[in-house]
Amino acid sequence: MIQIKPILAAMRHHKAGTVLIALQIALTLAIVCNALFIIQQRTARLSRPSGVEESNLFVIRSDWADKSDPQHTDIQMQADLLALRQLGSVQDASPTNSFPLRGGGWDNFIKLAPDQVKMTTDAAIYFADEHSLATLGTKLIAGRNFTASEIGSQKPRDRLSSAQVIISKDLAQRLFPAGSALGKTIYVSADANKPSTVIGITDTLQAHMQSRRTPDYAYNAVLIPARLLDDGTVYLVRAKPGQLAAAMHDATKALYAQSRMRIIDRKDGVMTFAQVRQRFYKSDLGMAILMGIISVVLLAITAAGIVGLTSFWVGQRRKQIGVRRALGATRGDILNYFLTENLLIGIGGVLAGAVLAIGINLWMVTQFEMARLSLAYVAVGVVALLLLGQGAVLAPALRASHVSPVEATRSV
Amino acid sequence: MFSYYLELALRSLKRSPGLTALMVLAIGFGVAASMTTWSVFRAVSGDPIPWKSSKLFVPQIDMWGPKGRGPDSADNEPPNAMDYTDAMALMHAHRAKLQSAMYQISPSVVPADASKHPINVSGHAVYGEFFPMLDVPFLYGSGWNADDDTQRAAVAVISGKLNDKLFGGVNSVGRTLSIEGKDYRVVGVLGHWNPQPRFYDVVNTGGFSIGVEDVFVPFERAIAMGMPNDGNTNCSEIPSESGFVGLQRSSCIWIAYMAQLDDAAAVSGYRSWLDGYAKDQQTAGRFGWAPNNRLRDVPAFLDQQKVVPSDTKVSLLVALGLLIVCLVNTAGLLLAKFLRRSSEIGVRRALGAPRLAIYAQFLTEAGMIGLAGGVLGLLLTGVGVASVSWVLPKDIASLARLDFSLLTLTLLVAVVATTLAGLYPTFRASRVQPAWQLKSN
Repeated sequence: MIQIKPILAAMRHHKAGTVLIALQIALTLAIVCNALFIIQQRTARLSRPSGVEESNLFVIRSDWADKSDPQHTDIQMQADLLALRQLGSVQDASPTNSFPLRGGGWDNFIKLAPDQVKMTTDAAIYFADEHSLATLGTKLIAGRNFTASEIGSQKPRDRLSSAQVIISKDLAQRLFPAGSALGKTIYVSADANKPSTVIGITDTLQAHMQSRRTPDYAYNAVLIPARLLDDGTVYLVRAKPGQLAAAMHDATKALYAQSRMRIIDRKDGVMTFAQVRQRFYKSDLGMAILMGIISVVLLAITAAGIVGLTSFWVGQRRKQIGVRRALGATRGDILNYFLTENLLIGIGGVLAGAVLAIGINLWMVTQFEMARLSLAYVAVGVVALLLLGQGAVLAPALRASHVSPVEATRSV
Repeated sequence: MFSYYLELALRSLKRSPGLTALMVLAIGFGVAASMTTWSVFRAVSGDPIPWKSSKLFVPQIDMWGPKGRGPDSADNEPPNAMDYTDAMALMHAHRAKLQSAMYQISPSVVPADASKHPINVSGHAVYGEFFPMLDVPFLYGSGWNADDDTQRAAVAVISGKLNDKLFGGVNSVGRTLSIEGKDYRVVGVLGHWNPQPRFYDVVNTGGFSIGVEDVFVPFERAIAMGMPNDGNTNCSEIPSESGFVGLQRSSCIWIAYMAQLDDAAAVSGYRSWLDGYAKDQQTAGRFGWAPNNRLRDVPAFLDQQKVVPSDTKVSLLVALGLLIVCLVNTAGLLLAKFLRRSSEIGVRRALGAPRLAIYAQFLTEAGMIGLAGGVLGLLLTGVGVASVSWVLPKDIASLARLDFSLLTLTLLVAVVATTLAGLYPTFRASRVQPAWQLKSN
């Protein structure tokens, strides 16, 4: 049976040390809980599916140097696409303005009726052709793909006008929660005369950015069957399996062979989809790494601090330990004493720490648009810190248990 | 006496190398984490034009009305940029000492040497007053004047970088440059100018940008040539006409605006003029709501636009938390270390050392740990600042710098914080009763 009273009595003799260890445990718990929570939130974002078959896919951004008339641009884009699709290393290619994880782009309000005042939802606008789904590797779960004859072209500041659209699964569910969206009419341009019929629904397809304000936006996408005749265009290119590097090289060369009056940025004009993903999630991954490093350092320092201070207490009490041993206490009793003492301090620390962790999180929620801390994190943190304390105290406690009863007879 | 304490401290630190190393490591890591995150925070929260920021104002006009705000916007904040109509009205009224409407452009520039690829550059279409208003430094030449603005002159100001690329770095004032297929006369070449945050056009840059502003052309010239807006366009309703001209006639916002107002009288005068303008628009039937304008100076506008990323603040807070834990840790270890030497203190006190001497001795020891921790912290901060690009987006990471003031601050924080952590343990040490210590031995 563990005697708690003498432990408490002994603690009263080194209040300051006790309080400092408890305080350290409390602060560590509070910070580590919140850091782990941030890590979990950020890494959860990293593992979200994009809905794109990312391997063997790359992206070319080509800006027109002459910015000639849209008709010329349209002809050039069709020639480019033909050249890209003919390359031996390329499986398929399609033109677009944007793609999942791009980090920004054209969004429109989607309405269900032309005279609707408030938007139903916000969605990413992806210009597409009949090759887009195959290039992205995104599957249709209902309806059909665009046909070549449906693909038009439009200038950037023209109103969106397409009789047919393909929408993502999540957008379909949001617009028509009750039934299938297939065959229904939606308004992507707020123009009463330009309704669009949903001819297809894709499997999960991510939007081009993450919006903190409207979290349900993240998977809303509309595919418009047109080439956008802007100052530049994006070509999505799927390489044949294992030929990504070759295809990237060939594609750039082929495009320049088509026309030199274009600009493909040397640094990020051609990017693999893996690079796109890395760029998109860089700050999330970075934040998770930073929080991870800080948590590890914190736990290491707290553990080391407990080892240091307990070692000092053991050194200070060698004589008393000797007396206890001489009076019949076993090694186990001494070991238990220090483990229990640490547990008591730890419990005091984690109780204060749990309150502090929740308090810090509540404050951060008001300041930084953060989610509420789940209590499971606090519980895990509490157990982890108590175990850490017990582990840290083990070595000095074992040393204490090896103090010989003879020490009782020594004066120092 | 101080050198004696130094020697005592060194001897004491050497006696328990493990404990000493632990304290130095803790301080080093704590200080380095704080200083690394601080270097980022300092860079993003700095005032980009400290000598003038309180005189530069961003006017906001509510051209959308309550209906145009999102369903979740609780405050009555008007749009953060301007539509063409209102920007032009403000420019023509010309009520401030200096002012400029501006929008982001991304024209292609074709080098004279035909063997080179044309290049896309980014820049802004601005009014001539932009340059003196923002104290933009010129290497050669200058900005253009008001006549060039009204006559839509084909003139351009280019960056030193673009000048190097196109003209080999020589004074190119007076020479010709092809922008979007049209010839422009170079009137000025900028010196190094890369203010962060990009306070004059926060809305389009999100605050920070790794790109350099390579070209500036007169605003009205760019409009006349149909040079499209490369920045954000936000609309509360779809423009009724297509194309760039349709955009100019719409209430879509895509223009940034800045005005220089030198004193409080000028500010209140401008404010009441804005209200009068909005009231006129209301009377004319264009606005169906009461005037709802804002006129914030640069620091207030940057704050309102939340230019400092919240990740940066959270990282700094967490790192400071780590430093505090390290200090509590050090305080605990110092307490143990000092009290272990109670008998030594007892002897010193019995031999006549006053409490003050005990303070001096132990605070010296704490300070030395702080200094050692600071030196370690310096190394780790160097590693930290060098590797922020690894965890942060490029536009922000590139702003973090290791400079003399950061190095000094690192050492100072380490020494001061450790000495503070040593205060309580020293206080306890000074309270040691000499008689009791001597007796128990």
